[in-house]
Amino acid sequence: MSIWLKVLYAAISVSVATVYGLTLGGIVRKIYARVHGRFGPPVWQPFLDIIQTHSRRVAVSHGNMFLLGPVFRLAGGLGTYLFIPVIFGSALFSNFSMAGDLLLVMYFVFFGQLGMALGAGQGGHPYSPLGIARGLAQMSTFEVPFSLAVISVAIQYNSLNITSIVAAQQGSFLNWTLFTNPLAVVAAMISLLGMNMHSPFSIVLAPQEIPIGPPIEMNSSFLGILQTNRGLFAAAKLVLFMNLFFGGATNLLEMVAKTFFIYMFSVFVGAAYPRFRPEQSFRFFLKWPTIAGILSIIFIAYFGGTS
Amino acid sequence: MNKKHNDEIENQMKLANESLPERERALFADERPSTVEAFNKYYEGFLNWARSRSLWMLAFGTGCGATELRPLMTSRYDMSRYGIAPRPTPRQASVFVIGGYASIKTIKRIVRSYEQMQGPKYVIALGSCTINGGMYFDSYNTINRLDYYIPVDVYIAGCMPRPEALIAGFNRLKEKIRAGECEGMNLYVEKFDWYKENQKQIIKDWNMPDYNW
Repeated sequence: MSIWLKVLYAAISVSVATVYGLTLGGIVRKIYARVHGRFGPPVWQPFLDIIQTHSRRVAVSHGNMFLLGPVFRLAGGLGTYLFIPVIFGSALFSNFSMAGDLLLVMYFVFFGQLGMALGAGQGGHPYSPLGIARGLAQMSTFEVPFSLAVISVAIQYNSLNITSIVAAQQGSFLNWTLFTNPLAVVAAMISLLGMNMHSPFSIVLAPQEIPIGPPIEMNSSFLGILQTNRGLFAAAKLVLFMNLFFGGATNLLEMVAKTFFIYMFSVFVGAAYPRFRPEQSFRFFLKWPTIAGILSIIFIAYFGGTS
Repeated sequence: MNKKHNDEIENQMKLANESLPERERALFADERPSTVEAFNKYYEGFLNWARSRSLWMLAFGTGCGATELRPLMTSRYDMSRYGIAPRPTPRQASVFVIGGYASIKTIKRIVRSYEQMQGPKYVIALGSCTINGGMYFDSYNTINRLDYYIPVDVYIAGCMPRPEALIAGFNRLKEKIRAGECEGMNLYVEKFDWYKENQKQIIKDWNMPDYNW
């Protein structure tokens, strides 16, 4: 396939993922509202918010790093998404998947937050470094169980290529990592709670006591870019989890159904539980999910992978 | 010669920041705000539609009227179904709800927050106190009329107006935004000197720059 056709396909795929991620965000707001006994905003509210932020006539910048912050964040979201094959066997949605893409994706998942930390720090508001300190500390702790789960999956399928990991799970739903390596899935799904930053792990954005954390000085289009990335990045993470642990998808409908339910896991937990304090959340990630991750590696190393 | 002349005019246009200590003046901005014109009719109409559907309210309760903002978020009144959301920082907010009386201490913070908001920005003045002083009309430490100090788009009369009245006020603001009548941001720039004069008459301990971008 020519590289230009691939770029065109990737552009289509990125747009679909962004729209899907933002719509998912709208649905989640509606669900939270229903849990509170409210009607909630319309499902398309995230799109209106993005148009509104981009429609501001002025924007304040605090320097070059501040300008680059949202760009890094968007690059993190794009990078994560562009190396994940979204739909197994589809040329349109295969993106730039290649051998060893799992390593790149693991890197990009955390790249955005680091770039954001650099950019938001220059904003000069005392709440942004506070949010960043919490965000990076929480990130390093939920990275531990997630990395252990990914290592476990890599040992199990003897591959660092997401496409071949998905291929190994085809045939029956009993071939999914969920059933062949449940401990890794437990560790990863708990770290997904931290990644999505819903309650109980919403201390990074902490809407009440350190208002919205790192992006506090981000305004106008800067904020618009961050919001766009929130949609894209949410979709990318969900597709990654679907590919690694829930057998991937062979068509768009299956992808939507699976990612929706994966997301609902963290939404339901978020709607039901109050927020952890930072030290509680760090301790939590380093305890049970980490133990589950280590056990899954021992289990897989002992009993061997499927391929 | 011409360039020198231009430089002189530019220097005269700079804000003096006189109330700041000499050594701190270089740390703050001394540029005057400038007018930003609207886009062409149809594009601006579309943007105004989106702006009116997504109002981000600055969650800064400036007086007793802020009590009426809390029920708005709850399930009984639920402002989120109208696209109104609280925003904790003036950088991101587009609507400033002045909750009732503004004491002289508070008007200083109101001016600072208002200037830090990124335009187009709208102001809803809540309660009689913001219109003519209300029950505090002869108080020594509150202002009587808010629009001497910042441009106001919608007034909601009453003491206290109920949350329903507040929602009606928000809906009136939406109509005005869609009609393109909410240009408070540019009005503030055009009458900048007048607003500053009024503000400085009231705020005696002016220890901030003349314009807080």
